[in-house]
Amino acid sequence: MGGGPVEVLSSVDLDIKKGEFVTIMGPSGSGKSSLMNIIGCLDRPTEGSYSLNGVRVDSMDEDSLAAARNRNIGFVFQSFNLLARHTAIENVELPLFYAGIDGSEALAKEALKEVGLERRMKHRPNELSGGERQRVAIARAIVLNPPIILGDEPTGNLDSRTGKEIMALFDGLHAKGTTLILVTHDPNVAAYSQRVINIKDGKVVL
Amino acid sequence: MLFFQILRTAFRGIVANKMRTSLTMLGIIIGVGAIIAMLSLGEGAKQQVIESMSRFGTNVLRVRPGMARMGHVRTGRVETLTLDDAEALKKEVPGIRFLSPVVASSIQVKYSNRNAGTLITGTTPEYIEINNFKVAEGSFFEQTDIKLARRVAAIGSTVRKELFGEGPAVGEEMKIEGQTFTVIAVMETKGQTSFSDPDDQIFIPVTTSQRRVFFQDYVNDINIQVEEASLIPSVKEGIERVLRDRHRIAPGAESDFTIRDFTEMMMAMQETTRTFTVLLSGIAAVSLLVGGIGVMNIMLVSVTERTREIGIRMAVGARRKDILRQFLIEALVITVSGGLIGIASGVAIASLISRFGEWDTVITFWSIALGFCFSALVGLVFGIYPARKASLMDPIEALRYE
Ligand SMILES: Nc1ncnc2c1ncn2[C@@H]1O[C@H](COP(=O)(O)OP(=O)(O)OP(=O)(O)O)[C@@H](O)[C@H]1O
Ligand SMILES: [Mg+2]
Repeated sequence: MGGGPVEVLSSVDLDIKKGEFVTIMGPSGSGKSSLMNIIGCLDRPTEGSYSLNGVRVDSMDEDSLAAARNRNIGFVFQSFNLLARHTAIENVELPLFYAGIDGSEALAKEALKEVGLERRMKHRPNELSGGERQRVAIARAIVLNPPIILGDEPTGNLDSRTGKEIMALFDGLHAKGTTLILVTHDPNVAAYSQRVINIKDGKVVL
Repeated sequence: MLFFQILRTAFRGIVANKMRTSLTMLGIIIGVGAIIAMLSLGEGAKQQVIESMSRFGTNVLRVRPGMARMGHVRTGRVETLTLDDAEALKKEVPGIRFLSPVVASSIQVKYSNRNAGTLITGTTPEYIEINNFKVAEGSFFEQTDIKLARRVAAIGSTVRKELFGEGPAVGEEMKIEGQTFTVIAVMETKGQTSFSDPDDQIFIPVTTSQRRVFFQDYVNDINIQVEEASLIPSVKEGIERVLRDRHRIAPGAESDFTIRDFTEMMMAMQETTRTFTVLLSGIAAVSLLVGGIGVMNIMLVSVTERTREIGIRMAVGARRKDILRQFLIEALVITVSGGLIGIASGVAIASLISRFGEWDTVITFWSIALGFCFSALVGLVFGIYPARKASLMDPIEALRYE
């Protein structure tokens, strides 16, 4: 905040296809997270346009953005971002509440089963390991079956073995047809993807 | 988001910050408690006045023998008032509508083989006008019965039940102090009051009571109903003047009788109640205001602490109005819980006041509803700003918050 406007992204011309698995790489501060926020409908570009499923997001109102985040996008963060006072299953249920879906418990259970955590459903985040927390976060991201999953350094806080387990989950999602966009610094993670997009100083470089 | 989930989150927040939340609730508890206590006092005073009106009638003065009360004990001779005094007052003091001398004492009465202890009230027909008694069966005794000191009795409904059961009463003969009396009337039931049962008494002519039952030439009481409230002071002065003159009391010396003014007593009582009510409503207003500010403060702290949670909720699809609703409901949960505790303590305080204080208190449904509404109102008024602040957060900033 303060210090006047900063140009974070410019000359970004990107087209990501349905069902693609893309990783975004680049040095720290290059604008990867900023780009992800726009793709994830958390933010709107001040200039330029972004279309999701052929719909212009930059002109959507706030409620439509929220609905897009709820239904079309599943976000996985580096720092998990789980609610500390809620159990694993309650965290996974969260998107279902905002979607106004009743009987959310069964759906949440199913999502947790998919990430192999059905035994830890009633545990709170502080009773789970980092890998388990990220699985809960992935379960939360997939519980509404969104067509797009975004991950901003999802393995950044995990050791390499746990990171591999998480990447296996992502790989499985991709195999089922989900569009995957991950930000990473790790070439091993990038190796899973079909395409690597390099960003430097807010610009896409080849 | 479902209402139940919002409530669950709110209660978790309260449990996680027990101390902080209960301190915040305190203002609401005191405020709502004061509202309940205040309204119950007001209602109690109102009902007490209504009851007194129907018991003693309106604009009633009672002249009793003896000096002014010292504590609760009347001092001096109690034989100073006579029927002639009553007669003189009626004639010489303007503004009196009804006047009746009273001779009263508790005594055993008998009908066939049944006994009952009851109050004998020797008086005149005007007594039932002043004190709002009505005749149910038969007819009350008249002036000739008094002139001739006839042994006739008008009995209250409690006495009737005890002595005659379901059988006929009017025309029957009963014994009072060995004397045979004819029952000529049964009074309408007035109903038990908190002080006594007005239906547990027998009315006989005042002369009969003096000459045949109690053998005394004085009266215990003179009941006077003044024509209208504005005349009460002048009638009191008149009574004072006539009786002091008749009893030859030197100027400056104390009277040997006392005038009790029920209207004045009731007004004094209402005045203290009013003072108390104003005090309590002041406490209520200040506590609710301070309590409301406390709630706003705690909600602002909570919003800041939970910035990241707000970001997470927005990232998974919460709309601004979902966040607004959640924080508003959390504020309401705090104030309404405080309100419910306040209602409970207000009811407890009211019952303590009526048990140990000199006021009656009555809890009404409306006072409870009002207390509840006030606590909810405080939650809405003081919760809206923090909730709005939460809902207007930028999701990215919120997610980045440490
Ligand atoms: N709210 C903001 N105000 C001003 N500048 C910002 C703001 N958010 C991000 N930036 C700037 O935008 C640039 C890009 O930030 P961004 O977080 O997108 O980088 P990144 O590529 O994700 O870096 P990292 O790999 O460290 O996560 C940085 O120079 C950062 O300082
Ligand atoms: Mg980043």
